[in-house]
Formats: sequence, structure tokens, C-alpha cells
Amino acid sequence: MADTGDGKKEEADYKRLHSFPLIRHTDMPEEMRVEAMELCVTACEKYATNNESAAKMIKETMDKKYGSSWHVVIGEGFGFEITHEVKNLLYMFFGGSLAVCVWRCS
Amino acid sequence: MPAKEKLKRKQSISAVRPSKTNIRRRDDDNGIEVGEGADEWTQTRTLLKPPDQLDLTDAELKEEITRILTANNPHAPQNIVRYSFKERAYKQTTVVEQVAVHFSLCGNLIFRDSDEGRRQSIRKSMADGKGIQEFWIKVVKETNNIITKKVKKNPEMCLLGLFRRRISAAAPEEEEEQIRPRPVQERKLTNQFNFSERASQTFNNTVRVGVPLGWWEIYDAYMEELEKLEKSKEKEKQKAPVTKKEDLIRGRKLTSLESEGDDITKMAKAAKIMERMVNQNIFDDIAQDFKYYEDTSDEYRDNMGTLLPLWKFQYEKAKRLAVTALCWNPKYKDLFIVGHGSYDFMKQSRGMLLLYTLKNPSFPEYIFNSESGIMCLDIHVDRPYLIVAGFYDGNVAIYNLKKPVDSQPGYKSSAKSGKHSDPVWQVKWQKNDMDNNLNFFSVSSDGRIVSWTLVKNELVHTDIIKLLVEGTTLEGPEGLQLNTIGCGTSFDFHKKIDYLFLVGTEEGKIYKCSKSYSTQFLDIFHAHHMAVDAVSWNPFHGKVFISCSSDWTVKIWDHTIKTPMFIYDLNSAVGDVAWAPYSSTVFAAVTTDGRAHVFDLSINKYEPICNQPVVAKKRNKITHIQFNAIYPIIIIGDERGHVTCLKLSPNLRKMPKEKKGQEVQKGPEVEIAKLDKLLNLVREPVKIKAES
Repeated sequence: MADTGDGKKEEADYKRLHSFPLIRHTDMPEEMRVEAMELCVTACEKYATNNESAAKMIKETMDKKYGSSWHVVIGEGFGFEITHEVKNLLYMFFGGSLAVCVWRCS
Repeated sequence: MPAKEKLKRKQSISAVRPSKTNIRRRDDDNGIEVGEGADEWTQTRTLLKPPDQLDLTDAELKEEITRILTANNPHAPQNIVRYSFKERAYKQTTVVEQVAVHFSLCGNLIFRDSDEGRRQSIRKSMADGKGIQEFWIKVVKETNNIITKKVKKNPEMCLLGLFRRRISAAAPEEEEEQIRPRPVQERKLTNQFNFSERASQTFNNTVRVGVPLGWWEIYDAYMEELEKLEKSKEKEKQKAPVTKKEDLIRGRKLTSLESEGDDITKMAKAAKIMERMVNQNIFDDIAQDFKYYEDTSDEYRDNMGTLLPLWKFQYEKAKRLAVTALCWNPKYKDLFIVGHGSYDFMKQSRGMLLLYTLKNPSFPEYIFNSESGIMCLDIHVDRPYLIVAGFYDGNVAIYNLKKPVDSQPGYKSSAKSGKHSDPVWQVKWQKNDMDNNLNFFSVSSDGRIVSWTLVKNELVHTDIIKLLVEGTTLEGPEGLQLNTIGCGTSFDFHKKIDYLFLVGTEEGKIYKCSKSYSTQFLDIFHAHHMAVDAVSWNPFHGKVFISCSSDWTVKIWDHTIKTPMFIYDLNSAVGDVAWAPYSSTVFAAVTTDGRAHVFDLSINKYEPICNQPVVAKKRNKITHIQFNAIYPIIIIGDERGHVTCLKLSPNLRKMPKEKKGQEVQKGPEVEIAKLDKLLNLVREPVKIKAES
């Protein structure tokens, strides 16, 4: 019992500690990066259970703001090799278990 | 076109070419002012002629041959007549066929998916595929059987035995091929006309990124980040509260930007090497001249020498800015700094600080822009990356080459921190003070000589002396006593005696001052009738200094005697004067009429041993001159923003000749003695006069 309690506590700790967005790789300019990151956070929080809707929301918003051909991948485990336009890639983690990859390639 | 005409054409084309060089020369005249002979080193374009070219007279060359290309076929008949059934008469047709076919070739390709193509491919596979193999293997096996039978019957049939061996050697191969049918290679057909290898295809502005991802990696990334945060928190506790914010910001920036891949600065070093290699090739002949060329005609010139123009340094953006300061880097002997500004009171604009190296004459190594014109420069001897600059607006600033931030100076004075109210005419680094702080002096037309000390990222100023003109106090309104102030234009510090320095002023006086007395001068020389442009102590002899002025004269002084030792009139305002680093008796002066004068007192006390125009245009004035410390070269800056590098011919740097069995003494003592000997010639009559 004690073990599981500890485990739960740890898990809670982990969730609390790891809830912040963590940019892993980006080459966006400062302004764009901040905006994209905030957008990703909003989308992931809004559709906490449905990654597809979150991705859709991010993609559509980015298209509107910065022009077309944005691609978004959200998931807990995926690999990727992408070709993207320079200054248009954001790869970040969020909420401890989600990875969001946003890039543009037309 | 007949062959003869063709040849003529060729000639006319090549005959046009020389005029191109003419045009180029004219361009040069318009844009870049080049000294007479200063452009000699640029390669002239030579004309390559084919060996079979006809020799034509000028008249023939000038003859114009016009050719007009039309779409009409010259061989098409113009008068085709056809029978017109409508009008029942022969009529000339208007439409003439102009198409001429020179070559035609019928293709024998068949479309692969067509019936014919399919049939052919089946036939082919039948012919060279399995069918033929099977056939041959059958043949071999049968012959084998026959042969073995025959050999069993008659073992002496060696000839056949040989034959059999050969066939059986061939058989396994065929069998192998049968077992492993040749994989039919589906090679993709390449576009014969517009094909490029895939490896050479790149996307425009795209980058490939590949990362495998699992939740564990997300976890690891977060743990790493948390550790970093914790560490930075610990640091925060240790460090002062001001710096920790910066640290945090920097840390964050690092984490987010550390993997930025498209940074072009990585290329910078390679590009620089490349640039230097290209320059080395372009200016190869000049580099050879710089290193090895010695003017042999000097032997017959009777102690006169010449200056050989080498490189010319110019920068597009500094084109209209006069060279106001020149300074060699004390550590890297090929590097020098150029200050750009303007000496024209009415035309003050921006300034520029450029660093050139002899290795790359085509582009400056460092570029700094400033809002106000730069008037003077100096490099720290022990820290050759620190440059102090004085500006027209009275500010002084320190540039740090190690941290060039947006072409802004590292430290700059301001109106609050005691800047000069007039242009700063000269700055000079001093030895570090007692607390080991960096410090330098500046002189300005506002009459102040200020010592600046760099204390903890701040420039602190101390007024050393005020140049008050004695006995010229003016009565201002309400009984105010106004002192006339002498406008300092140049100064130089004694090489050995630390406190002693000279200040030249706009009024033509030279003050001998000490750092320790702020109100009194040690001596005053009534040196010139116009502004003193430069004063400089002799690098060897501690008593001797030189001064030059816009009143056309250069004077050499003994600082213990009030009258000049030597006076030279150069027939034009003298912009700058500099002692040579290799001899106590050699100095060079530049005048505003574009001439450089080199003197060697030990050879000729009255005339320059070299007097040569170095910039061509009369309107272009030379402003500054500097000797290189080790190479026999000088750099000369002019009003158009060009810097010319010139090599001193052997006569200008002649050392006393070696006598047989006698070692030639060298060193500062000899140099001092040499100059002393000369001075004694002048001194004695003065003394006699004084006694009488």
C-alpha cells in the first residue's frame, strides 16, 4: 500500500512538475515561437482528451496567422523525419507526456 | 557566309576590344581616384590573337559589314507558277515554301505498351531468357553423356576428353544461372533531357529534421530541464541578484536555441580563408614586390630614393570620408586601423572605424560605424584588441575587438561624464595606473587635456591641465574674468620620462607640460604661425622632437632649447609627420598637395631624399602617414578615404656602410650618437651667440 501511495505521489509530482511547456527544438524567430508555443498549450489544454482536435486547431490557427501549409503532429510516441521551411519548425513537449511538432512545408 | 568574310568579322570584333580598356580607364578616373603610377600594378588586359588572323589595314577594319538574318530561304524559288483551275490560267503563287530540311532521321522506337511493343518484348524474353539457357544446357548434358559413353568405350580418345573437360567446366556456370535467375532490373528511366541526380537536388530553404520519440524521451527531457532549473536556482542563491536575471534569460535562450542548425557563422572561418586565398592570387605580384622588390636604380640615384606604391585600401561605404587617423597594430604587424571622419567644419557627418590587414586589401577586417566623425585613434600596446577613439562631437570611446557588439564601442563617454565640448584631436593610451586600471589621455580644442580611467566598466575623467593663454584675460560683463583658452590639436608623451608631454595648439604654440602640474607649463615654444598638426618625440633620442604645421613648415627641436634646430619649408600645409622606427634621423612628412617627403638628416640636412606625389588628383589631400614597425613600408591616408601602402626604396632606409674589419654597431646608442652629432653642428653657433 505504502508503495503504491508513494508511486501515486510521485506520479502527481511528476505531473505537477512536468506540466510546463518545454521547447525541445525550434528555429522560429522569437515572436513566432512564443505565439506558437502559447497556441499549442491552449489547444492541448482545450482538447486534453482529443489530440486530433488539438492538432486541427493548431494547424488552422497557424494557417490563418502565418499563411498556409502548416502541419501539426501531436502524440505520446512517434518518430519523424520531416522537411520543413527554415525558421518554421517548433518541436516541444507539454504536460509531461505529449509531444507537439509544428512545421511548415509547402 | 564565305570564309573570308568570317575572318573579317573576327578581326573587327577583336579590334573593338582595346577600346574596352580605354573605357575602363575612364571609369577609374571617374570613380576611384588613382595616383599617377599608383595604378601601374593592376594587370593590363592583353589581346590574344589567333595565329591565322588576317592582317588588315585600319580602313579595312573600319569598314562595316551588315548582315541581316531573315527567315526567308534564299534557295526557295521566287517564281513558282501553278495552274489555277478556277481561272483556267497559270498563276504565280504567293505562298512560297520557306522551310528547308537539312537533316532528317526516322526513329525506330516503339511504344512499350503498344501491341507491337508487347509482342517484341515477349519475343525478346523468349530469345535471350530462359529458352536459350535451357536449350544450351540440354545440349551440354547430351554431349556429356555421349562423350562419357564414348570415353568408356574408347579411353584413348584424348581429344574428345579435352573437349569434354572444357564443356563440363562451362556447364556449372550455366546451371548456376538457371538456379538463380537473373533479377530483372527495373531501372527507372531517367529523363534524358532534364535529369539531375537526386542527391544533388535540394529544397529551397528547407531542412530535414528527424527525431524518434517515445514517452521516455519526453520524461528524460523534462528531468534534464528540471535539473537545469535547480542548478540555476542554486546559482541564483550564490550570485548577486542583478546578475541572476541575466543568467536565467541567457540559460533559457541557450536551451531553446542551442540546436539551431542554420547558423551561417559556422561558415565564416572557411569563407575568410577562401577570401584570403583569392586575394593572395589576385594581388600576388604586389605581395612579391612587397617582399622582394628592391629598386636597383637607387644605386645611380645618388642617395635619392623612391616610394613604390603597393596596395590601395578602400571601402565602398567610407568613400566620401577623409582618413583622419592611422595606426598600426602593435602586435599583428600586418593589421592597421583607419579612422574616417571629416576635417571640413561645414561637412561633418558620420564616422567609421575600419581595420585592414595587408593580407586582404579588398575588404576591411572589422567595421565599426559611428554617428560622429572619428578624429583620432590609438591601440593599446599590451592589449592590442583595445582601440580608443576620439570623436568630432567631443566624445571618447573604447572599442573592444574581442567583443564587437553591433559595431558599438564597448565604453563611451557622455555629456554627463565630462566629455570634451570640442573635437578631440588626439588620444593616447598610457601605462596602467597604480590600481592597474586602463587609462588614456585626450586633447581637444576646448583646451582641456583629460585623463580617462576605466574603472569597473565606467570611464572616469580627470582634467590634467587647461591650456590658458597667459596675459590674455578678457574682461567679461559684470567684471567676469574670461581666460582665452588655447586649443590643443596634438600631443605626444615622452618615451622615457613618464610625466613629460608636449601639446601643440591651434595658435602655433607648443607647450611642454608635466602630468603633475595642472596650472603651469614647463616651457612654451612659439613654434609656428598656424595650427600645429602633429608633434612627436624622436623614438631614440630623448631630447629631440619634431613638429609640423599648416604654415608649411616642419621643425625639429631640442626640448631644452627654445629655438628650432632645423626648419624645413615644404611649400604646402603639412598634414602629418612621423619618425621612422629604424633610424633616428629619418622622418617622413605629408603635405596637402599630395606629396610625401622623406628626410634623412644624416644624408642630407637641407633637402628631402625623396619628394614624390603619391595621390594624383590635386584636390585630394594627404592627411596622415605612418611607418610600419618592422617592414619597410608606410601607409598614407587621404581625404577621399583611401589608404595607400608604399614601400621605401633601399636608399630611404640605408644604414651606415660596413667597413672592412670593423663591426657595424647597432642599437639605440648609435642612433642617439648619430643624431647628436648632427645637432651639435647646429647647437654650437647658437651657444656662441648666446655667450657673445
